[in-house]
Amino acid sequence: MDTTISTASSSPLLADLSTVSGRRRRKNVVMTLLMAASVAIVAIVLVLVLATVVSKGWSIVASEFPKWFTKDIQLSPRRPGPGMKAAIVGTIVATVTATAIAVPLGIAGAVYLNEYGKRSFFARTLRFLTNVMAGVPSIVMGLFIYVFWVVPRGVDGLNGFSGALALACLMLPIVVRSTEEMLRLVPQNLRDASLALGASASRTTLTVVIPKAASGIISGGLLAVARAAGETAPLIFTVGAAKVTNWNPFSGTNTSLSLQIYSNAKESFPTAQERAWGAALTLIVLAFMFTFVARALSSRFARNSDS
Amino acid sequence: MTERLHTMHDPADQLESHTLAPVRKLVFEVKDLSVSYGAFTAVRDVNLDIREHEITAFIGPSGCGKSTVLRCFNRMNDTIKGARVHGSVQYHDIDLYGPTISATQVRRHVGMVFQKPNPFPKSIYDNVAYGPRLGGLKNKAELDQLVETSLRGAALWDEVKDRLKSSALGLSGGQQQRLCIGRALAVKPDVILMDEPCSALDPIATARIEDLMQEIKQQYTIIIVTHNMQQAARVSDRTAFFTTEVNTESDRRTGVLVEFGRTKKMFSQPVDERTEQYVTGRFG
Repeated sequence: MDTTISTASSSPLLADLSTVSGRRRRKNVVMTLLMAASVAIVAIVLVLVLATVVSKGWSIVASEFPKWFTKDIQLSPRRPGPGMKAAIVGTIVATVTATAIAVPLGIAGAVYLNEYGKRSFFARTLRFLTNVMAGVPSIVMGLFIYVFWVVPRGVDGLNGFSGALALACLMLPIVVRSTEEMLRLVPQNLRDASLALGASASRTTLTVVIPKAASGIISGGLLAVARAAGETAPLIFTVGAAKVTNWNPFSGTNTSLSLQIYSNAKESFPTAQERAWGAALTLIVLAFMFTFVARALSSRFARNSDS
Repeated sequence: MTERLHTMHDPADQLESHTLAPVRKLVFEVKDLSVSYGAFTAVRDVNLDIREHEITAFIGPSGCGKSTVLRCFNRMNDTIKGARVHGSVQYHDIDLYGPTISATQVRRHVGMVFQKPNPFPKSIYDNVAYGPRLGGLKNKAELDQLVETSLRGAALWDEVKDRLKSSALGLSGGQQQRLCIGRALAVKPDVILMDEPCSALDPIATARIEDLMQEIKQQYTIIIVTHNMQQAARVSDRTAFFTTEVNTESDRRTGVLVEFGRTKKMFSQPVDERTEQYVTGRFG
């Protein structure tokens, strides 16, 4: 028995099967560390950004607690004290209006591209233009709306709706592209199943294709919303510079958190800079909330449609 | 009528149908059917008849156009861009490709079961109720009744009656395929097309589907495409054998119907040499 075992352990086959060269082992360790380091670097940058914003912005948001959310913005940048309600409301008004424009339009466009247009010349042209539109810098979108929508209306043109139009232009290609990707993932055999039961193409799209893709469509749409909520450039020329709360998107100038960061950070007064940090913190929290809602909603739809 | 029944010049079949079996009513009459996708002809010059309450099997090697022909019976080829159908498909003496015919209405008379089970990501109940709801049925009691009879028809009721509200995707492959059959039955079709319905299933699930086909053929007419010759021999009353021919002008292959007749005869004494080679496993 003993001899058999010792023969086996010294057999060339066993030796061949057991050897992992030192070089390969070292390579494995180095590459694993390298990947871990990349993740760590990304995480450190993120944590530093968050820590800076929280540490610099926390005091003004928390100082006289509810006032930051309930008071309008100080008229003079020199004067201390909280108040960012106008900007919070402005951000919500512009983003919600932009979403109401861009999301239905974008989903409808994507449905056309994927379910009806497919590879036709018209659809391919639209797809190409959508991709180009996605690459247009956001400030150009702002200028476009300024020239074609705001200028013809003069001072009355500066309002939340104009800003929302610019944001919608920015969101539209994102929504179209993400929705089309999701629709493309819906297996053809589900469409066939519905058609073979005598459903029309439109009925199939509404009752089978869109519900199946809903989770992806929602998360794509809400990421576009989060993106729009943080945009400054499209709003600079389009919403004006209000300091008082304005819930009406169609009349009167407005403002936004991003605009308040921009304008307050430019000032040399510590009071204004503190406000800019406070606005930054508020915006980050708002964006987090959007992302959180996006995740919750899409995972809920994913559960409904996949399991 | 008798003239039209025997397009394949099959005196034995004629004799048999006159002496042994009743001549069943025609459901489909296919005349000079060709289907092309753009410049490519997938299948050409198909002539065959489908009889009521029979199972007709389409067999043949890959690319011979049997699925393409099958998809003409419920106009599913309409969904493929560039597909064009020549010749005529008569359904109870009505031209299926006539100008006033609606493809979606055709599909309510001619149901289809696909190769891969494709239940909707909905509950078992909603899967079966999908077709009836399309037809405008809203009454809860009627829907419940229809779902039950359809699932019983598909031999699935006993396995799922306690979990009708749970997702159809939780069923096994064989159960999913029977659900798809039940879903097709719920529309109360006249004909059921089956495109390789068992190719994704294990032998036990396959046997169940085959038994099911024998049961439902009392009420429905079934056309089945299969790669499995034994299956065709086991389940079908008539068999159509398709094969491919290389085009003279291009090297692309076009499907043709070689022989069509009673299954027993097709497998025991085929007329065409190619059929014999195929059914004995020497080709294809």
